[in-house]
Amino acid sequence: MLVWSRAARRMIWAVGGLVAAIIYGAPIIVIALASIAGHWNGAWPNDFTLRHYGNALTGDSARQLRTSLETGAIASVFAVLSGTWAALALRKIAPLPRRLFDLFFFMPSAVPSVSVGLGLLVAFSQPPVLLNGTTLIVILAHFVLISAFSYGNISAGLARLRPDYEQVAESLGARPAYKLWRVTLPLILPYIVGALSLSFALSMGELGATEMVYPPGWVTLPVGIFALSDRGAIFDAAALTMLLVAGTFAILLALVRISNRATVR
Amino acid sequence: MLTIADRDGAASVAPSATQAAEVAGSSIDFEDVTVSYGGTVVLDRFSLSVAPGEILALIGPSGSGKTTALRAVAGFVRPASGRIRIGEQDITDIPPYARGLGMVVQNYALFPHMRVDQNVAFGLRAQNADPALIATRVGECLELVGMSSFARRYPAQLSGGQQQRVAIARALAIRPRVLLLDEPLSALDAQIRRNMVEELGRLHRDLPNLTVLYVTHDQSEALTLADRIAILRDGRLNAFGPSRSLYQAPTSRFAAEFLGRANLLPVTVSQLDADGVLARVRLGEHSLSVRCELQLAPGHGCLLCIRPHALRLADLPTGNGFRATVETALWQGDTQNVTLRVEGVALNLTVSPSQAMPERGSAVWVDFAPHEATLIADEPAHG
Ligand SMILES: Nc1ncnc2c1ncn2[C@@H]1O[C@H](COP(=O)(O)OP(=O)(O)O)[C@@H](O)[C@H]1O
Ligand SMILES: [Mg+2]
Repeated sequence: MLVWSRAARRMIWAVGGLVAAIIYGAPIIVIALASIAGHWNGAWPNDFTLRHYGNALTGDSARQLRTSLETGAIASVFAVLSGTWAALALRKIAPLPRRLFDLFFFMPSAVPSVSVGLGLLVAFSQPPVLLNGTTLIVILAHFVLISAFSYGNISAGLARLRPDYEQVAESLGARPAYKLWRVTLPLILPYIVGALSLSFALSMGELGATEMVYPPGWVTLPVGIFALSDRGAIFDAAALTMLLVAGTFAILLALVRISNRATVR
Repeated sequence: MLTIADRDGAASVAPSATQAAEVAGSSIDFEDVTVSYGGTVVLDRFSLSVAPGEILALIGPSGSGKTTALRAVAGFVRPASGRIRIGEQDITDIPPYARGLGMVVQNYALFPHMRVDQNVAFGLRAQNADPALIATRVGECLELVGMSSFARRYPAQLSGGQQQRVAIARALAIRPRVLLLDEPLSALDAQIRRNMVEELGRLHRDLPNLTVLYVTHDQSEALTLADRIAILRDGRLNAFGPSRSLYQAPTSRFAAEFLGRANLLPVTVSQLDADGVLARVRLGEHSLSVRCELQLAPGHGCLLCIRPHALRLADLPTGNGFRATVETALWQGDTQNVTLRVEGVALNLTVSPSQAMPERGSAVWVDFAPHEATLIADEPAHG
């Protein structure tokens, strides 16, 4: 710590805490309040109701939540699988080509996701690859957007792995596949779980690209939320957002617990 | 290819630790091995033979290429040229997992996600050994290193010395043809290191056929443990020989200084004995007799190498001595350290603490037995 006096440290904590609470907490609190507001004309909701949650759970939204969870799960599992594979494959190549690969992977994150969606739409709306209007194109869009983060996380884990472990394993007679499965992957498991969490969270919140490519039968929750707020149904949108937050949070919590169990030692 | 599993397949009737010792050891041969990293040669036409069942210490300053040599045997660096043989087999092109070697690295590298017993069992499991055999072997190896009661712990729950023992047990469990140790004690503190040196010595008495290539930068570990010592300098073999004789009669200035404190006095050869064992050399006005294993001609300049404890103080001129001036005398409890000056060169000498301390500035006679000193060629000092 740079600051030694106890009073000064408390002061800094208090100020920092307040700023953090405002920046991170205020939007969530406003949304949470909106999701249970009957009317809201002043600085504070006029009355409270659970009607919006009722709407959320009865209408299309339950299906949209499921769609989002499924999209998130499939896209992030694929992102982690291919990210792991890419990180392992690119591990031993020289730094310069490797940088270029990294750059290539991260490009989709640097352009607006709407453009990514548009690009996919244009690319795959004519033969031979006709994905226009399919579920697959949504998952593909999510995959393109999140795979770089999976790759980045996992290659960071591999870079931090001392070569000793794998070399000792090899000298003890472990063939490459055995070594990978019993030593390399378990040792980077926390990074893999981290990549999965990040990918999943990013996918759950993805809107721009999805908006461009989604077919009528595969509406994700963010698309639903956007549609509601577009129509002016702000409170319903807020209730859906809370649902999205809860669903994502539950999954991430489970992943954190897996990760913890993998790193306790 | 003869793997450990193959060899055990024939005789998998619950072998005991003593039977482990009966697996005949293999030799390790480096033949003109050159290794370079991106154009920099770090091992230069290195040749060395490790005999079956011996402990050979490969020592040298940091960066001299010791680890590289060891990793070339293990298969993690590829020689640019030269061959490496284990026993009769040329292993240069064999992948590391098929070499059947035990390797212990500096930081132990115990698998943190496995218990101690799982770590020790790793090699046998990887080679698909019979579960009953694995269980017995893990028990034996943990017993051998005194870690039986820690079998169910995780590495993070062990001290450094304990982790080191487990790492050794893990390497021994596959009945390696040779054991490669890379500075195995350097991460331990001094007291534990001394104990571990003794334990390694005991371990090798229990497994007398095990060939051990022991890499260290600590000359005392090497002198204590090794049958023979090879000294690397800048990727080249600088000196090689049985530990005791290399210490007493180092073959190079570098070896003399690396293996312990050495006095190096510039002398001129005046005469060689007919049998070629002793030579007479001149140190200033003194004529001395000394063992000589070099090919030298009279008139040749070289260095007279004497260990501090091989020198004796005398009051009167004796057969094989010279006169020197006392510069400092330091009492250090179990020894006295005396610094002398002769012909402009400083000279160290240790004497028993009971001996009267010579007076500073006084002239004394210094004496040594001809066979306790040696002649070495002059070469630039290292460092
Ligand atoms: N992977 C590597 N890449 C490039 N140079 C290396 C590598 N490993 C070792 N070296 C260099 O090779 C030389 C010998 O290293 P090493 O065998 O580790 O020495 P030692 O074990 O005797 O300290 C050193 O100069 C070191 O910098
Ligand atoms: Mg080294």
